[in-house]
Amino acid sequence: ATSGCRTGVASRQPRQESFEQAPMYVAVMTYLGFGIVTLFGYLRDFLRAVGLEKCHLAQEREEQKDFVPLYQDFENFYTRNLYMRVRDNWNRPICSLPGPVFDLMERVSDDYNWTFRLTGGTIHNAINMGSYNYLGFAENNADFLKTVADKTRQYGVGVGSTRQEIGNLGIHEELEQLVANFLRVESSMTFGMGFATNSMNIPALVGKGCLILSDELNHTSLILGARLSGALIRVFKHNNMHSLEKMLREAISSGQPRTHRPWKKILIMVEGIYSMEGSLVRLPEIVALKKKYKAYLYLDEAHSIGAVGPTGRGVTELFNVNPSDVDVMMGTFTKSFGAAGGYIAGKKELVDYLRSHSHSAVYATAMSPPVTEQIIRAMKCIMGKDGSTEGIRRIHKLAENTRYFRARLKEMGFIIYGNDDSPVVPILLYMPGKVVAFAREMLERKIGVVVVGFPATPITEARARFCLSAAHTKAMLNQVLHHMNEVGDHLCLKFSRLKYSSCPNLHDEKDFELGS
Amino acid sequence: MFMLLTHSQPCFFSFYTNNINMASGQQWVLVEMVQAFYEAPAYHLILEGILILWIIRLLFSKTYKLHETYRLTEKEKEDLIEEWQPEPLVPPVSKDHPSLSYDVVTGPPSHNIIINGKECINFASFNFLGLLDNERVKQKALASLKKYGVGTCGPRGFYGTFDVHLELESRLANFMKTEEAIIYSYGFATIASAIPAYSKRGDIIFVDEAACFSIQKGLQASRSFIKYFKHNDMEDLERLLKEQELEDHKNPRKARVTRKFIVVEGLYINTADICPLPELLKLKYKYKVRIFLEESMSFGVLGEHGRGVTEHFGVNIDDIDLISANMENAVASIGGFCCGRSFVIDHQRLSGQGYCFSASLPPMLAAAAIEALNIMEEDPDIFTVLREKCKHVYTALQGTPGLKLVGVQFAPALHLQLERSSGSRDSDMQLLRTIVEYVSPTRGVALTLARYLEKEERFLPSPSIRVVVTIEQTDQDIQKAVSCIQEAASAVLK
Repeated sequence: ATSGCRTGVASRQPRQESFEQAPMYVAVMTYLGFGIVTLFGYLRDFLRAVGLEKCHLAQEREEQKDFVPLYQDFENFYTRNLYMRVRDNWNRPICSLPGPVFDLMERVSDDYNWTFRLTGGTIHNAINMGSYNYLGFAENNADFLKTVADKTRQYGVGVGSTRQEIGNLGIHEELEQLVANFLRVESSMTFGMGFATNSMNIPALVGKGCLILSDELNHTSLILGARLSGALIRVFKHNNMHSLEKMLREAISSGQPRTHRPWKKILIMVEGIYSMEGSLVRLPEIVALKKKYKAYLYLDEAHSIGAVGPTGRGVTELFNVNPSDVDVMMGTFTKSFGAAGGYIAGKKELVDYLRSHSHSAVYATAMSPPVTEQIIRAMKCIMGKDGSTEGIRRIHKLAENTRYFRARLKEMGFIIYGNDDSPVVPILLYMPGKVVAFAREMLERKIGVVVVGFPATPITEARARFCLSAAHTKAMLNQVLHHMNEVGDHLCLKFSRLKYSSCPNLHDEKDFELGS
Repeated sequence: MFMLLTHSQPCFFSFYTNNINMASGQQWVLVEMVQAFYEAPAYHLILEGILILWIIRLLFSKTYKLHETYRLTEKEKEDLIEEWQPEPLVPPVSKDHPSLSYDVVTGPPSHNIIINGKECINFASFNFLGLLDNERVKQKALASLKKYGVGTCGPRGFYGTFDVHLELESRLANFMKTEEAIIYSYGFATIASAIPAYSKRGDIIFVDEAACFSIQKGLQASRSFIKYFKHNDMEDLERLLKEQELEDHKNPRKARVTRKFIVVEGLYINTADICPLPELLKLKYKYKVRIFLEESMSFGVLGEHGRGVTEHFGVNIDDIDLISANMENAVASIGGFCCGRSFVIDHQRLSGQGYCFSASLPPMLAAAAIEALNIMEEDPDIFTVLREKCKHVYTALQGTPGLKLVGVQFAPALHLQLERSSGSRDSDMQLLRTIVEYVSPTRGVALTLARYLEKEERFLPSPSIRVVVTIEQTDQDIQKAVSCIQEAASAVLK
């Protein structure tokens, strides 16, 4: 393959990020929809209270009826009356590998979603547009998984102890070396669960007297870690550098609230790709701000590691930022590596401190050996260390799929959020009824999609979220697009008022680095 | 009408209202008003005038801001920003910090463990039923690997629910004889996500002082009022409950919505003793408090069939609101589960943060757990054998010179503490570390110090050595270990 021309060492311009607003009538209809469902909810509650409708909810024990109720009625209003009606779209059980195609277990409800019954049937070979399988490492090819099977035979699956006691296996140290090499930093440390990586390590880094500036759309694990640390949290508007700078200036000049003592540390927490919006972080600008105001940067690359960047090293590579400029690089292995767990990487002092002071190292069981081996082999594949070009091929395929899919959806007239480079594609559906109809209709056509609504997204912006994979072939994507087109017309989902040309922009091809 | 002119109120207002009552024509009101105006005394008019001007002034003046005087100029802000120096991100850790150097285990951490190159008998991993190395478990894991690969690539809500997960949940519910079970992908996150799902700001939790770290994190995340009672001291707990009852009488409206919980462990990991469950149940019904039971150390250990402390005491399992355990000890897999009635457990499917926002358990680990449950169900004798071995170790380690054994005789993870502390924690830890290094690797018995985060623990336990009994240890192994420990203790603690 010929080598394409790169755009040199200058910092890469971020691609267009679009967050098109829907027409006004859509917002009105959405609120109306929620209003009607809420009214029906009240009606149902009344009928249940009066006894005209059977109450399907599980009840408290007779012996404990005089205890303080475990759940307040109004807390569960949304769950009882809105979520229950449509909950067949979530928690769908599958009985195969979560690859580009999968087998869904057939599930029916005889009482309007209060209980489900598995019929025993399977929906074979549905296209999987919901699993986080960016580089296609969720595979069960015996050759690829040979080392993982060997390690299972050798070690078993459990560990039985914590890292600091007797659970530190040689294979863990090998993985940490490899992760540090991959990310081009000094050293790294790995943990058994991605969520816990955030919630257990942020309290070790910051505490009372520190300030955390966190993006509006940060993931729950980051928010939980920040809360558990005891530091003061301030939220800045999503990806808005003015808001962040203003907050930094205010914070440093006025100090801690009430006492006005200077802050011990200021930590800016951002994510690489925000999975609900599909937007990328504005990394060069944040690094410039952080250097100017002497703050520290915590970058959570759960969705972006392995999925963006010419060689899959994440947003630092995409934006041509030196990895040592980011103080704490965190990521997970669940998405692009097809395993489980998380890591924190950075300077040697940081990682040494975490080895001795992280909650996970002292109290939580170490990572399982076959899972560790899967990450090692996936990472070696991406880096090219296994002697093949499979890794690079997958990264290019993912970039190509992303570009193609996004362009075609925009052409069709859907409103898509996010950056053109991000493999997470949220399609706005807005109205609660349409969200549910979309998910069910796509299932009928054997395509598994993920839909999200309130409270994960703002109340008027319910969406369907597609996760592209390097394992998706062009044929699969075309099939999905074909069905999307039909369903979009059928349900009137094409809200976009902008026009997109169908021929690819020639400028885009220049940034595409072809094979080795 | 004229009487009102001498009234103390502003005359034209009262005049006007009076005129409304009289229902006269419009022109009458105006004429009367002008007439009243001319006939009013001068001082009255002047006073009215001043009042009106004052009101206008107050309406248009700026509101008084408290921080008006504290606003900084741009130059001052720049100076402050220049001058501010943050602390380093992490404080420097000295090279010979004891927690920095990890022991490296090459090979599986099963009965014969290779630490730092030397082969030892494992008395340190929580492999109570010896299932870490079990062939059947490994075969099932391999079969699952062939079918599902390794990761699940998604949380439970988004195609991360596999048939293996559903099967494991129903098997666990059957095993524990409860209605429902829910599994988590990480043992630590289980109780730490379960507690905040039920207990919110304003609720009250009574918890034992010796509760483990994951419970403490769950309590912190819940933002409820935490009341600690002395370890296993039911009188102290009753005192706290009585105090709370008095508070409730004073404010019955608030008490009607304040939930109250007791959180205890079956077998405590920090003190290796058992909670007095029957007394706790009496207190539960007397004071109307719910009980959450953490059974990581007692699941698969206590009870005739390994169902834990409820079976040990013969208590009806429905009396406990929530039982939480991790699958990383007896079950030799990864992850954790909560079980109980559907009324309680189903709530976590939408509010348990570690369940909703995290990827699900890899299917091969779930398959390994199912096979471990199969083995536990087929052969309930292993629990009796384990408890016999625990008793053996317990009696053998009594009378070690300089060390005291902490725990009950059927606890599989015991602590050896110094009989007499030297006064400083660091020197105590150093002595115990010397004992551990004496015993392994040269003598071939692997032990470990119990590790804690000293600054984060609320009630830091005394330094100790962990002694773990597993079913694979033979009498000879136990004999060897005990004699090594006794030799080491007498050598180091002269």
